[in-house]
Amino acid sequence: MSPSTDMLKLLPALPCDVEGPVFREPWEAQAFALAVDAHAKGLFTWSEWATALSAQIRAAQLAGDPDTGETYYQHWLATLEGLTISKGATSLADLKQVQSAWDRAARATPHGQPIVLENDPLAS
Amino acid sequence: MRALETVLLAKGYVDADALDLIVETYETKIGPRCGAQVVAKAWVDPAYKQRLLADGTSAVAELSFAGRQGEHLKVVENTDAVHNLVVCTLCSCYPWPVLGLPPVWYKSAPYRSRAVIDPRGVLADFGVTLPSDKTIRVWDSTAEIRYLVLPQRPAGTEGWSEDRLAELVTRDSMIGTGLPQSVGAGA
Repeated sequence: MSPSTDMLKLLPALPCDVEGPVFREPWEAQAFALAVDAHAKGLFTWSEWATALSAQIRAAQLAGDPDTGETYYQHWLATLEGLTISKGATSLADLKQVQSAWDRAARATPHGQPIVLENDPLAS
Repeated sequence: MRALETVLLAKGYVDADALDLIVETYETKIGPRCGAQVVAKAWVDPAYKQRLLADGTSAVAELSFAGRQGEHLKVVENTDAVHNLVVCTLCSCYPWPVLGLPPVWYKSAPYRSRAVIDPRGVLADFGVTLPSDKTIRVWDSTAEIRYLVLPQRPAGTEGWSEDRLAELVTRDSMIGTGLPQSVGAGA
């Protein structure tokens, strides 16, 4: 069974429309989907997720984040990073390495072309 | 973000097709109109309304809006005496499957803190002024339980179809920061 059929079952196509934007930028929707799918595939339970996200947001507030909604998905992403590492799905070192590869790829990609990881000059 | 996605994809913890589908689903397929259909049905069908208030989760599932986030849904009814307002003071728990993704203001700290301390002021910011003798009940969502407000049916809608009624139900009216459109005001 293809994963998309699987997901369709979980999320029935509903006769609905949408009132206004719910993500400020596309990457927020992507970050949202990452967590939902990682949860669906069993990386963490939903209550683990909620607990970690709450803690992340509280920590950010204590650190002086005005927390007006604009930074919400940054917290979301940081939470996902933390859980991914604490669950042993990756290590901080591995994650940093891939981050650097993306950075190098972005710099090596001519303006106007899509950035892909293969553009990393250090990629073998 | 891209690094995290790359790692999760490589290890099989997420799947590219599934990601696209989720984004697409929540962006275009699931929205506040699902909740509006639930509300409209409750307005015309007293038996459904009873089931909805008794067990929101099952009653919403009857309309096939099942979902990972709507599992424990409690529906709270607005009456002449009580207005309900939903907030999540900790993070921003929200009934996605029925309402779509939360609006940015719902996730903001000012809304989260003020809704509890000064609900009347928050409502005023949203342009909602309630009689001073009306009780405002604030419901704080958690990871386990989400709330959906069942607004009052607008006057002058006797005999309307569910679909027509659903048009009047705004997203904000189901969070409690708004009221349904009145007859003649909207679409």
